[in-house]
Formats: sequence, C-alpha cells, structure tokens
Amino acid sequence: MTPTPQAASSNHPQPAGEHSLTALRQMILIRRFEEKCAELYNAGKIHGFVHLYIGEEAIAVGVIAQLQPEDAIVATYREHGHALVRGVPATAVMAEMYGKQEGCSRGRGGSMHLFDAATRFYGGNAIVGGGLPLAVGLALADKMAGRARVTACFFGEGAVAEGEFHECLNLSALWKLPVLFCCENNLYAMGTALRRSESETDLCLKASSYEMPAWPVDGMDVEACQDAARRALTAVRGGGGPLFLEFRTYRFRAHSMFDPQLYREKQEVEEWKKRDPILTFGARLREAGLLDDNVLKSIEDDVAAEIDRSVEFAEAGTWEPVEELTRFVYSERTRP
Amino acid sequence: MSAEGAAAQTVRITYREAMRQAIREALIRDPRVFLMGEDVGRYGGCFAVSRGLLEEFGPERIRDTPLSESAFVGAGIGAAMGGMRPIVEIMTVNFSLLALDQILNNAATILHMSGGQFNIPLVIRMTTGAGRQLAAQHSHSLEGWYAHIPGIKILTPATLEDARGMLWTALEDPDPVLIFEHGGLYNTEGELAADAGAVEIDHAAVRRAGSDVSLIAYGGTLGKALRAAEELAAGGIDAEVLDLRTLRPLDTESILASVTRTHRAVIIDEGWRSGSIAAEVSARIMEGAFYELDAPVARVCSAEVPMPYPRHLEEAALPQAATVVQTVRAMVGKRD
Ligand SMILES: Cc1ncc(C[n+]2csc(CCOP(=O)(O)OP(=O)(O)O)c2C)c(N)n1
Repeated sequence: MTPTPQAASSNHPQPAGEHSLTALRQMILIRRFEEKCAELYNAGKIHGFVHLYIGEEAIAVGVIAQLQPEDAIVATYREHGHALVRGVPATAVMAEMYGKQEGCSRGRGGSMHLFDAATRFYGGNAIVGGGLPLAVGLALADKMAGRARVTACFFGEGAVAEGEFHECLNLSALWKLPVLFCCENNLYAMGTALRRSESETDLCLKASSYEMPAWPVDGMDVEACQDAARRALTAVRGGGGPLFLEFRTYRFRAHSMFDPQLYREKQEVEEWKKRDPILTFGARLREAGLLDDNVLKSIEDDVAAEIDRSVEFAEAGTWEPVEELTRFVYSERTRP
Repeated sequence: MSAEGAAAQTVRITYREAMRQAIREALIRDPRVFLMGEDVGRYGGCFAVSRGLLEEFGPERIRDTPLSESAFVGAGIGAAMGGMRPIVEIMTVNFSLLALDQILNNAATILHMSGGQFNIPLVIRMTTGAGRQLAAQHSHSLEGWYAHIPGIKILTPATLEDARGMLWTALEDPDPVLIFEHGGLYNTEGELAADAGAVEIDHAAVRRAGSDVSLIAYGGTLGKALRAAEELAAGGIDAEVLDLRTLRPLDTESILASVTRTHRAVIIDEGWRSGSIAAEVSARIMEGAFYELDAPVARVCSAEVPMPYPRHLEEAALPQAATVVQTVRAMVGKRD
C-alpha cells in the first residue's frame, strides 16, 4: 500500500497568528461571497448553473496559499473559492458571474468558466474530468522547459470514474510530471454517492496503483490541508513525479442552485455541518487566544466590504457589445 | 366509451412528461428494456425526465452509472448485442463526446464491419441545444454532426406527439438510434391525445401548410419557425413549416416536395452553419429541386462561436424568429 503519513486533524501545533487569521479570512470570504451569489441568483442577476463550494472552503484555502505565483491551477465548475484564494479579484469574479465584460473571462464564461492568465488560473472546466489532461500537459511543458513549477489540479471524486482520470494518473506518473492532484471527495457526484459508483471506494488505493504517493487528508480542517499541501508540494517540486491528495469533505448545499436532494438524508448534512471548517478553525483560534469577537467582527466587516465592492463593480459593469460576439474565436494577431 | 370518443380525448402534458411516459411504457411492454445513465435513478434524471421510475421499476432496470460516458455507452452497445434493449441516457450532447469513440467506432460500424452479423438495437437519448445560459460546455447542438455518420439514425422530437411516440419506434429499430431532446422543450406544455403512442420516424412533417416559402426546421428551431410563420402571415407572406423530425436518414422527398410547392426555402438550424445539417439540406435542394427555386436557399444558423454565457450574446448567437422573418422578407422582396 501507499505510504500515507497521517494527516489527521488531532494534534495541532499552535496556530501561528497572522497566518491563521489570513486563512480564516479567506474561508469567510469564500463563504460570504457564495452566499451573496445565491442571493443574486434568486434576484435574477446571475444565471445558468452555479455550484457552491460552501463547506469545502478549507481545501482551496489550505492548498492554494502554499502555491507559488508561478505555479498553475486547473479547477472545475465549483471554482469560485479557488479563484478568490488565488488572488483573482472578487470584483472580476463577481462581474463574471453577472456576465459583464469586466469579468475575468469577459463575461463569456460565467460561474463555471473563470479564467485568469495573470494568476495562472487555467479555468473552471464544466466537463467532469476535462481538466486533468490539461494539468498533465501544463506540467509536461514545465518539465520539458526545465521550470520548477507545479500544476495543482482540483476535481471531484466523481471524476475518478472517468477514463481520463486513470489515463492522466498513469501518464503523469510514467513521465514523472509535477502535478499535484487534489481530489475533493465530497461523497456525492450530483446525486450519486461514491459507494454507489465505485467498486473500490478507497481513492488513495486507486491512485497509488499508478505508482504515486497518495494521502488522505481531512478536508474540513484547514490546517490539515495546509500541512498536507506543504509536504506534497515539497515532494512534487523535488522532481519525484505527481502526488495525489484525497480531501475528505462535504458540500453543504445542493449540487447546483436547485436540487431537491433526494439522494441524502438531512441528518447527514447536519452531522457534517458540525464540522464546518470555519467554525471549527475559529474555535481553535479562540482557544489559542488568537481570535475574539472583535477580531472576528473586523474580519466579517472587511469581507462584507470587499463583497459589496464586488457587487457594485459588477452592477456598474457593461455588457460586451454584440458586435464583438465573434471576437476570439481565433486569435487576433494584428488589431488596429 | 366509443373508440372515437377516446381518440378525441386529450390530456394536458409537458414534453418532459411525454418523454417519461414513453420510457415508462417501453419498460412495461418489453422486459428487455432498461434505462441507464448518470443520475437517472436516485437523482431523478438531470432534467427530471426519469423521476419516479426507480421507485416503480427498481435499480436493475433504472441503472445509475458512474461518470463514465465511454464505459456505459459501450456497455449499452454490448448489452444490445447481447439481446437487451437498452435506453442509454447521456446528460447532454457535450458529454456525449466522451463516448464518441463508442458511438462512431462501434455502434455505427459493427453491423457493416461484421458483414451483417451483429446488429445493435440500442437507443441513446441526450439533451441538446442552448438558450439556458449554460455557456460553452453545456449548450451546443451537435446532432447535425452525428447525422454525418452512416449506421445510426438521428431523431429530433420537436412536438409532444414525437416526444411521446418516437422512443418506442426507435426501440423496435434493429439498429442504433440517437434521440436528441432540446433542453428548451422540456417545459413546453400542450394537449396530447390521451391514447398517443408510437409514431413513424421515416418522414418529415408539414406543421403548417403554406405557399410562398418553406421554413425547414427541427427540434429546438421548430417553434421559432412557427412563430416566424405567424408573423409573416400578418404581413401577407404564407410560409410552410416543415419539421425534419429525423436528420438521418433525411426525408429528401418531403423536402423537395415542399420546395416544389413554395419555390423558396429557408433552413433554420441551431448548429453552426459550416458543415451543418442545414448545409446538407441545402445541397439536397440544389441537387433535386434547383429549377424549382425562385431564390437562392437561405440558412439561419447559430453564429460560429462557442456559446457565450450572457443572455444578450447567447441570443445574438442563436437563430431567432425575427432573423427568419427578415430573411424571408428579403427573399420575397416584400418589406413593411
Ligand atoms: C463528462 C461529464 N459528464 C457529466 C456531467 C454532469 N455533471 C456535472 S457535475 C457532475 C457531478 C460531479 O461530481 P464530482 O466530480 O464529485 O464533483 P462535485 O460536483 O461533487 O464537486 C455531473 C455528473 C459533466 N459536467 N461532464
């Protein structure tokens, strides 16, 4: 079996002050940003499919903060949080949700297709498993060019059933490519529970069969995520090839904006909510004397202001002129 | 009640419900029939078409599959060769591309390649089309592409009768049949004969008779063609509306007959213009009714761009009734 260093959440070292508050703030930013998105969806400002990350924030926050600016990220349609933590401005993300041309994809992608070249954010991808080959290719380019960069590839456990998952794990391990595979196992692919779609539900066992280290991580614990990511990135940067992290997590909301959730018990959702990554980490920070009501309030106020600015920005944004509909179907080599 | 009385009775029904009744009837009539695909069971179908069927028929016949389009479409092909009558559901046409290898290299070829030994009585249903702001990985209309492939049949039910009646006929066909359900149609509601059942799938249908121009449409564009015809009628132009219904094999005879009556043709197609089914229809008119034409054939298709997210750009990218009206007016030289 695979070497699986215990990434358990039990014995935490003392959280370090400023660093921890940053992580807490990022998780709160994602949470409040998405709550606002849900509100704006119901108000008819945002359309299409919108997949909320609420409950899973610790993963994006824990992993992405450990990346270097030159590293790359490939994500899925559930990627608002990843974009925000990576530093895509909330204004540009919100404008994209609205479909305004000031959005990070010019408004053309919407919720599921956030792109940002400046932060090497290679997209939300709405084809399950569709991002994995891209990550393998980005890493291949880095390796061939002799660049010591890593590509972090996020995907849900549903993607594990796709052929592309297996093809990509194999290829990246075979060629020893610097990919960090981050599987966000929230137990359900839409309405399909993992145990109803996989004969072997131990995802690390599957990944390790491709000869790569594979570690389970408590995805509800931001420190466990940070710690695992840090160690994993060191290993990948060392040239040893890809590594697989399985983050065990849970989505608190529907798959997309609406679904009657016929496939799971309310009780189960409530149980997981007790492990809310923001609440549990907040409690730990309080115990360590790093957080009190005042500090929390200032974080919440600060986040609220940032979100207000993003909504104002999106509201003030403009629609791309229809005349530009056919721009960028092909590259513009010379533009007057 | 007399047979006549029963035939005259209608029920109010949605396209979605008509489709569900068709699946349900097939499951009842033929024990070899089963439905399989992603989230068809517990979740109730991603467009809620199969809701309730799992409870009625059980998990053997309403089979939730893992996210593995190539595997379960291929399994459908194998099961069909093994004597079953599978209905395979693919969530949307964009995801069917993950199974394109199976559809093209196996389903469409095995009969011919095996010298006629193995036929494949398989039905694949999938959603197609845009109009719901789902952006470029969930909105395309690729049925015209599929219609390029010999060895399969392509059905595009646009009416309640066809949603209710095409499936059974498709299941009785000895060869693979693909049914494309336009996502914008599921909620359309209307009257359907209470005893509606199987319909033939070999012919196009005149949905509105007229003498000045033939509007040739199918699936999601039929409604737009009918609306355009109403508007044209108000301006004194009498349009005939032909619903292709089946894109392969194309009912060339009905197309030519219509053009022979009206001497003008506009083809309305949600696919991209280049290499589209509209191009094929146009070519057949040139080949078979060139000397009947009073004007060049015109096409109203989707703009040649990946489908954008914001509503105004999506609308600009799609064929619209207003564009059809303009095109026809220019063609017949009448303006108001
Ligand atoms: C190839 C493909 N098949 C089906 C879908 C429809 N679909 C969208 S999300 C989803 C569930 C994916 O679950 P998972 O990978 O676990 O990620 P999660 O949504 O839980 O984050 C499905 C079936 C799709 N987008 N792409």
